[in-house]
Amino acid sequence: MTRISTVAAPRRRAGKESQRRLAFWLLLPAAIAVFGVIVYPIIRTLIISFFEVNSALAVETPFIGIDNYLQALSSSGFWAAIGRTLYFTVVSTAIELTLGMMLALLLNARLRMRWLFRAIVVLPWAVPTIVNAAMWKGIFNAQYGSLNAALTGLGITDEYIAWLGHPFLALNMVIVADAWKTTPLVAFFLLAGLTVISPELYESAKLDRASWPRIFRSITLPMLLPSISIVLVLRTVEAFKAFDIIYAMTRGGPADGTQTIAYYTYVRAFSDQNFGMGSALSYIIVIVILILTAIYLKMLRQAETSLV
Amino acid sequence: MNRKRRNSVLLHVCAIIVAIVILLPFAWMVEASFAPQRDLVGRPMRWIPSHIDFSRYGEIFNGSEGSVGSTFRAAMVNSTVVAVAVVLIAMVVGILGAYAFARLRFPFRKVTLMIFLSTYMLPQIALLIPLYFIVNSLGLLDTTLGLILVDSSLVIPFTLWILSNYFVTIPDELEEAARIDGTSRIGALFRIILPSAKPGIFAAMMFSFLLAWDEFMYALIFTSSDAAKTLPVAISEFAGRYTTDFGLVAAGGILAALPPIVIAIAFQRYVVSGMGVGSVKG
Repeated sequence: MTRISTVAAPRRRAGKESQRRLAFWLLLPAAIAVFGVIVYPIIRTLIISFFEVNSALAVETPFIGIDNYLQALSSSGFWAAIGRTLYFTVVSTAIELTLGMMLALLLNARLRMRWLFRAIVVLPWAVPTIVNAAMWKGIFNAQYGSLNAALTGLGITDEYIAWLGHPFLALNMVIVADAWKTTPLVAFFLLAGLTVISPELYESAKLDRASWPRIFRSITLPMLLPSISIVLVLRTVEAFKAFDIIYAMTRGGPADGTQTIAYYTYVRAFSDQNFGMGSALSYIIVIVILILTAIYLKMLRQAETSLV
Repeated sequence: MNRKRRNSVLLHVCAIIVAIVILLPFAWMVEASFAPQRDLVGRPMRWIPSHIDFSRYGEIFNGSEGSVGSTFRAAMVNSTVVAVAVVLIAMVVGILGAYAFARLRFPFRKVTLMIFLSTYMLPQIALLIPLYFIVNSLGLLDTTLGLILVDSSLVIPFTLWILSNYFVTIPDELEEAARIDGTSRIGALFRIILPSAKPGIFAAMMFSFLLAWDEFMYALIFTSSDAAKTLPVAISEFAGRYTTDFGLVAAGGILAALPPIVIAIAFQRYVVSGMGVGSVKG
């Protein structure tokens, strides 16, 4: 016995050594890629945010401390963009989570030709964001859009509506387009959570003659909590970063009505060529996302302990 | 029994309604790409086109140098090159890294994994300004190579996440048996892990492809000509320029949407398994 252990111990240590070395080499490519294109730039952005960097790279860049941040926080355009972003985030996430939950239950149900139904539901998720945006821009078009044609055809409205022509209406229409594409993704995420709930739980509930809403409330929902919380975090972060769909549908208009914070930052940085301000705004987004994620994670932990 | 039947009918009705809501906007775009312009802009709109008009597809496939068609065709090639290269890079780098996370014990393992994963939370816009300077100083602005580099880094955290969660589910014993027979760790990775992780690999490939095909912000900022412009950028330009000819935008959009749709439907069952491992493991 003793002999074996004395022989085995150094070998195990050597194994640990070699594991470390192997892990280092295996992770090196990923580390280089992620460090070079993500970690280093995010640090550079922080540094740039403390300078006045305008347009060309050669221009002298005086250090101005937190001036960019103060200027951003004191501008009304910034707060308007934050307000629109919060509206966009809350409304789109609520819609996508509610519809996504219903869709997930439907995807999980016994349906004839379930494969066909699933293939149809996958479709919007696969459509590129920009194509989705262009499609809805066409549907909402004031002159030839199919929404106006359908509504007047059905006698619901008398005249054509400029869906993307009014600031607040346009914001809601962008949410519709976003929900069409994203709800299926949310549904598949939740479906993945649904499929791991053990069927025995449902069977014993059925033996107790529990009603459908009660089963949903006391089995499905709590078991899905981890999936729901992940979706909530991911969707909030995504909504906060929303750029493509806004660029392609409205370019922030009309009258800045769809200018969310990511788009506002893009305009400040690249249209105004004010990279210092753009960097400061970027960091404000990063900080808000971090705070929101932390809040969600804390809420999740509390929800989990309250269940036990 | 009766109640059960009624529920089943109700479920099927719901499924049909959902399917219609999903298909209707897309069907209209398909129709708009084939309908004569006259039918689309008339009031009331003609829902069923008077005849099928292939002219937009003709313009896209045969348009001469400097036309919308040639820009679109160049973008199609660029998008394909970028997406395929990104999938290859992200898979190789992701498989190696994921194996390390799933199978090896090393210091700061959890922290390293968290750093990789948290990069997803960062908004692209927060990386854009320094990346613009870097890509510019490397002389890679307006090249597909530049896009491949930045897009790969965007995708690698995803492949690491999906694959390492998948590798963990493969029983250790399989690999150990092979190693006792004298196979090295890398040999075991290729001979044992990869074949058993097929669903995870397919899921990771599909997600990488869709992410790369969909990427817009980097492509918008880092490309300017037909040399590197990708489909999303080309489509957004179409949609801005040809506001009166939605049919042309629709035809381009459908062509751009086809590759990801085909891939997503073909690999549909891996969508759930790809997300499943992630959400179960957190």
